[in-house]
Amino acid sequence: MKRNPSRKKSSSGEEERALLSKMMLIRKFEEKAAEQYTKEKIRGFLHLYIGEEAVAVGVIQALSEEDNILCTYREHGHALMRGLNPGVIMAEMYGKVEGCSKGRGGSMHLFDVDKHFFGGSAIVGGHLAMAVGLALASKKQKKNNVTCCFFGEGAAAEGEFHEAMNLAALWKVPVLFVCENNLYAMGTALKYTHAMQDLEKKGAAYGIPSVAVDGMDIIAVKKAAEEAINYIKESGMPYFLVCNTYRFRAHSMFDAELYRDKKEVEEWKKKDPIINYHQVLKRKRLITKVQYDQIEAQIKEEIDKAVSFAEKGSWEAVEDLGKFVYSE
Amino acid sequence: MADENTHKITYREALKQAHWEALRDDDRIFLMGEDVGRYGGAFAVSKGLLKEFGPERVMDVPLSESGFVGAGIGSAMAGMKPIVEIMTVNFSLLAMDQIINNAATLLHMSGGQVNVPLVIRIGCGIGRQLAAQHSHSWEPFFAHVPGLIVLSVGTHEDARGMLAASLKSPDPVVMLEYTFMLNREGEIPADPFTVDISKAKVRREGRDISLITYGNGVYKCLEAAERLFELGIEVEVLDLRVLRPLDEESILSTVSKTHRAIVVEDAWKSVGIASEVLARISEKAFFELDAPLYRLCGAEVPIPYPKHLEDASVPQSEDIIVAIKKILGHDSV
Repeated sequence: MKRNPSRKKSSSGEEERALLSKMMLIRKFEEKAAEQYTKEKIRGFLHLYIGEEAVAVGVIQALSEEDNILCTYREHGHALMRGLNPGVIMAEMYGKVEGCSKGRGGSMHLFDVDKHFFGGSAIVGGHLAMAVGLALASKKQKKNNVTCCFFGEGAAAEGEFHEAMNLAALWKVPVLFVCENNLYAMGTALKYTHAMQDLEKKGAAYGIPSVAVDGMDIIAVKKAAEEAINYIKESGMPYFLVCNTYRFRAHSMFDAELYRDKKEVEEWKKKDPIINYHQVLKRKRLITKVQYDQIEAQIKEEIDKAVSFAEKGSWEAVEDLGKFVYSE
Repeated sequence: MADENTHKITYREALKQAHWEALRDDDRIFLMGEDVGRYGGAFAVSKGLLKEFGPERVMDVPLSESGFVGAGIGSAMAGMKPIVEIMTVNFSLLAMDQIINNAATLLHMSGGQVNVPLVIRIGCGIGRQLAAQHSHSWEPFFAHVPGLIVLSVGTHEDARGMLAASLKSPDPVVMLEYTFMLNREGEIPADPFTVDISKAKVRREGRDISLITYGNGVYKCLEAAERLFELGIEVEVLDLRVLRPLDEESILSTVSKTHRAIVVEDAWKSVGIASEVLARISEKAFFELDAPLYRLCGAEVPIPYPKHLEDASVPQSEDIIVAIKKILGHDSV
């Protein structure tokens, strides 16, 4: 089974720089998306992942290309990490036909079935049971792939969470449930939404091995995800990984952030996964200034290309409105 | 109509045979639902299938309507062909998010990438004195949703043939079955046959007036038509059978033939299937009409428990006969 190239071992720091570079790509891509939003190039909802990058990068690097991924509406980072071209993601946000969902989905519904990337789902908790179904199919088809399902702690308060965890454990199917606990279900804090705030403890009720990890630390996430995937591949059983993280930006572009203290945000920014990991690599002499600048320059070029691709994209003909309702 | 070309079968047996055949013919097909295995199906439709095909193909599931419908969607996305049974339509609201926001929507919001070849079978209908929470007719809810194919199994022929046709669909199918009819015997063709799930079907030819109906209404309309025939009134009965997408051509065709129409359904009158059918006739066949359009629908009340009130809640054959005589100005009214 093919592994993600970033997992190739290297003594020169290549693997480490790849992790950093993926997180930087996500960060810069989303900063550009926010900019394009203020220019009204992107409309609708735009949920930024800024601050949470270590989770998508740390988990997805542990997956193989055949493993399925399902995400929430805050999924630009996951799509980039899965290898969707930044151009087709940007074009999708623009609503252009060249987008990864032909412009029909927008920011919240990025799909690429060839890459086993099953969206962008925007009903909180609604994709958990689908993930169980994909894993059930893998089991029935005797495939050795894992289905990885990302969701927030808000989803863990939905009945869907209970149903999906129970079904996954009952049917013994290979799902990795990844809870991206960013502490706020839109604007309501964890302490106001969960009686049991150590979310990993919920897994025990289903007999699912459950681990919580510092989601701001790429190395911790990476290690935990690799252990989880190894467990699932060996046992065929579900696993619950809670990544405790934080979003630095508002819930969406409409959010005035009245519900949290600026000081709290500043405190969390000290745990910035990108800045901190860069520091680690510098300390370990795994990255030079030149290498860092090169990464930045490459990313800038890639994002400029993505914007230009989206700008040059085309609008679907209104006559085609009725497409994709039924198969043709 | 019994002759050497047909044979007698109960509605339940017809459904069961359809399942047996589907499971036999395609390894990707599996049945999952509450009590479908060890219990034999809440209505004994799947009795014996677990023994025949084993627990991987006939899966009992917990009471998690949203969860197992969602799992059905996920496995369909990955190339399986699940038949998901929701025991009764009354519980289907618990899965409505999955049905509407996922099954019906994924193809569109993925720009045509994600097919959901899923069949959801749901027992439904009134008539067994089960009171307000267990007697619903929610065909209009499902038929409202683009992306779904909504079938109403109003005859034994369709009970036997619709599942196979549904399993060939690349898009999600909601098959509404009627628990009131399970023990009823009917005739189906003796030779193997296929059902076209894109077309309505004329169940009886007539020239004087069209009864347009589906589900529980089909046999009631046929009964009314038979009795009116004795009075010299020739009624055409059109079984819609596909509630979405509606077979408009067949609707306009019967109206153009008889120039009069009544729509009969058990569902609540306001914003129902009848509303839609009559609107389409008004839009596209208005000048074909020789009499005002009419509908006989469910009374707009939660369904009550006592038999006489339950019967009064939905149109009966007698109501249909009275309505037709009125419209035709028949002197026996």
